[in-house]
Formats: sequence, C-alpha cells, structure tokens
Amino acid sequence: MTRRPLARHVLRTLSLAAALGLWQLLTSLNVDLWLRFSQFPTVADVARTFADRLAGPDYWTDLTDSLTRILTGFLLAAVLGVATGVLVARSRLAEDLLGPVLEVVRPIPAIALVPVAILLFPSNEQGIVFITFTAAFFPVLVSTRHAVRALTPVWEEAVLTMGGGRWRILGSVVLPGALPGIFGGLSVGIGVSWICVISAEMISGQYGVGYRTWQDYTVVDYAGVLVGMVTIGVLGWVTSTAVELLGRRLTRWLPRTSYVPAGRMPRRARGTAAAVPVGPTTKEGVPHDQLV
Amino acid sequence: MTSSSDVRSPARGGAALALHGAVLGRPGAPVVHGVDLEVAPGEILTVVGPSGCGKSTLLRTLAGLLSPLAGQAGQDGRPLTGPAADRALVFQEDALLPWRTLRANVELPLAVKGVPRAERRRQAGAWLARVGLAEQARQLPHRVSGGQRQRAQLARALAGAPRAVLMDEPFGALDAQTRAGMQDLLVEVLHGTGATVVFVTHDVDEALFLGDRVALLGNDRLTAVRDVPRPRDRSAHDDPARVALRREVLTSLGS
Repeated sequence: MTRRPLARHVLRTLSLAAALGLWQLLTSLNVDLWLRFSQFPTVADVARTFADRLAGPDYWTDLTDSLTRILTGFLLAAVLGVATGVLVARSRLAEDLLGPVLEVVRPIPAIALVPVAILLFPSNEQGIVFITFTAAFFPVLVSTRHAVRALTPVWEEAVLTMGGGRWRILGSVVLPGALPGIFGGLSVGIGVSWICVISAEMISGQYGVGYRTWQDYTVVDYAGVLVGMVTIGVLGWVTSTAVELLGRRLTRWLPRTSYVPAGRMPRRARGTAAAVPVGPTTKEGVPHDQLV
Repeated sequence: MTSSSDVRSPARGGAALALHGAVLGRPGAPVVHGVDLEVAPGEILTVVGPSGCGKSTLLRTLAGLLSPLAGQAGQDGRPLTGPAADRALVFQEDALLPWRTLRANVELPLAVKGVPRAERRRQAGAWLARVGLAEQARQLPHRVSGGQRQRAQLARALAGAPRAVLMDEPFGALDAQTRAGMQDLLVEVLHGTGATVVFVTHDVDEALFLGDRVALLGNDRLTAVRDVPRPRDRSAHDDPARVALRREVLTSLGS
C-alpha cells in the first residue's frame, strides 16, 4: 500500500496546481456567486506584479527589514525566555519575585503593546523588535519552565553524586534534558513573532513586508497585497522550518521510531530514521508538533 | 585513613560510613527511626527489606542527598555535608543521560573531576571494555538492552574512582539470568577497587550472595545486621550456616 516518494511529490504538486487553477478560473471569469471574485486579482496578475517587484529594489529592502526585525526579536526572546524559564523553574525565590509579574503580563496580546512600545522606545524600529520579542518570549518561557520541571530527578541525583555543582547540572542535565520542550516553545514563538512583526509594521512601520502590504491596500493595489501575503507565507514557512530542523538536529537522541506511523516510509529507510533525522519522516517525527 | 595526596592512586581504601541514632526520611515524613549502622572500609553490606521500608532513603542519606532528620550520618568519622564524588550512586534504571552515548555517560564523572578529554576517553573506553560494552560504546542508552544499560551505569559509577558505591536495587528490573551474570560482573569489577559497597535489594538470595554482612530493614527500623558465611561463593548456597541465615532472614522479613 505504500506509495513511492516520487508519486507522493507528483500528487502534492498536482494539488497545488489545482488550487491555483481554480483561483485563476474563478477570477478570470469574474464569478460572483455570493463570494465575489470580480474584484480579486487573477493568478497571472499576481505573478506579473511579483516579477516586477522582484526586479525592483524596494521588495528586497522590505524583506531584509522584516527579517532583521523578526530575527533580532526572536533571538532575544529565545535567550531571555530560556534563561527566565530555567530560573523560575529552579529557584523558588525567582518564582516568587518574577512569577506574579509574568503571569499578569502574559495574557496581554503582544500587538496590544503597540502604544506601550511607542511611549517607551525612541524609534519605531526598536518598538517593533520589542513587540516581536514579547510575542515569542512567553511561549518560550512557559515551555522551558514546564520542561525543566518535568526532568527526571535521578539525572540530577546522578550528577550530584559525581560531585557536580550547580553549573555542571545546568549544562549537563537541565539544558539538554529540557531541549525538546524548549524547541516546542521556539516553534510556537517563531509563528507568533511573524504575526506580530507584520501587524506592528502595518501599524507603525517604515518599510517591511507588513508595511508594504498595507500600503498596497490603501492605494487599491490588490495584486500587490497578494504578493505581500505570499511573501509573508514563504518567509514564515522558511523560518519555522529552520527552527524545526535545528530542533530535530539537537534532539536526535530522542527515541523516535515509535512516532513513525507504519506504512509511511519505505522499508529500507526505516533503520536509518534515527541517524538521518532530515529524512522523509518530517511531521510525524517531531513530538513537539503537538504543542503547536 | 586516606590522605589527599594519594587520591589518584588506584588502590585507595574504601570509605567508612556510619549512621548514629539516625532518623531517616524526607522532612516531615520520617520512614526509619533510630538507625545505628557502621559500614567498614572495603566491605560489601547488603540491605534487604520489603518495598517501602526505607531502603532507598537509607541509601540517599548515605549519598548525602538527604540529611538525617535526627542523629548523624558520617564518613570516616566526619559528618556528611552533602553529595560528593567520593560516594557514587547506582540507580535501578534510566539514570543514564539519554542524550549521551554510553561512552559519554561514563566520561561524565571524569569530566566533573576535570580529567583532560583524551584521558577521559581512554579511561571510559577501558571501563566499558571491562563491563563488556566495548562494541556499544557509541550507542545511545535507549538503543541497548536493560542489562547493558546497568553495566554502563556500573562503569559510570566506578569510572569516578569513588571510595564508596551505593547501589539502589541496581539489578531489580532485570530477568533472573541477566541478574546472576550482573552479580558475577559486579564482584569481578569491584575486585581491586577497594571501594566500600552498600547494596540495597529486596532479593534475599542476592543479598546473601553479595554481602559480607546483611542488614535487615523492616518495621520502621533496622532490625538486625548479620555476618554472611562464605560470601560471593556460588557453591555456598547449600552451606548449612547459609541455609540457616536465609531462613532467619526470610522469617524476619515475613513477620
């Protein structure tokens, strides 16, 4: 019953082509059946605009601006989120001092912090990075805290009876042991970060993919809006795949054969699944997908 | 008894461990009362008792992970202040770090001591070979069998050259055949280390085979400590003195 990989790729490409074909058909025939496609740009329009944009300088400026903002915010959130999560999980004092503040700030959607960011930060740029940071910080913090608390106690006891101190336990037990959970938080975090960087750019940005998309909308350039959306989609996909692959690489030690459903992989590849994590087992192989 | 200058020499003496009037348990939940126990340097003391009688608590107190709620725990005449590399702990199962290969697990106590990488690698390799795991050195723990994991744990505990090895039902999860093999292996690898061993088990035959002395734990206290005739001698199983002791131990556990 197993389909060959080639057949599966063909099937996936066909599915994508069919969706695009349907879009082209509905828009070029100006279908108006409750849903109104008459104003909607056709696939060809979007493709033409896309090609024009790719040739111009603004598109690439927007792209690098958005990427710089999200990467800065996300990396800050990753480092500080893991540090705070470990601290709160391991120290009662830290939990009492930081816990209440974090619990009150956490439910506020990062995008609602736009006024705060405008008041606090001298430049728009820093405000956007701040909002991106806040968006990713809490998922990372919460999953790190849970992962650290769920560590098997004997690992720590073993290192203690080897004479290991606090830092040895942090480096040899806590961080590696919590890594699968931390990457769950990072996967969620990068997704939320994109939502927030785009929204923040729409509200207060200068340049950036979100800013450009909103500009196109205000000047009724719908094809441009769709180019922006496709760009956001591709960027989001690329960054979360990068996080995913890094996570899978760093948590290769997880016993994961049990996650691979029977019949989804060709037999000869099964034995090498653990050694080659970037194999055909993508979604099913990653336990923290369930958190997303 | 052992000065700090000869810490690196292989034939260091074992540690003398002692509990005096000790009440053991977690704060607010005492499990065992009034324990007086002296473990002589280099001896193997086995501790038997039904599950839940505080065997693990006793061991964790000797390791320094728990403080006695009353009384004293000491090593070589000084009170214990906390866990130390001197006293290694071997657990029932799953105490190997799952993200480290067997060799990297055995290297860990050496890394904690600050042994240079190349030397670490050599010593860990030697220990793994000694417990028969030279082939599996680069495997992750979940890729090998339960018995092999316990061998690796034994190698890890001994690699740090501890003066006492505290073992918490280390073979409890293994099948009978593997278990007998592991007992022989334990006797063999301990030979020459001079380390004091406290070995906790619920298996009376295991306790009588391994121990120079056997301590009986039950009814919230240490009920007796007996010398074992002809320890670590498989043929002593039918020795009348051994049979009598076995009957006594079983009776005391059953009551």
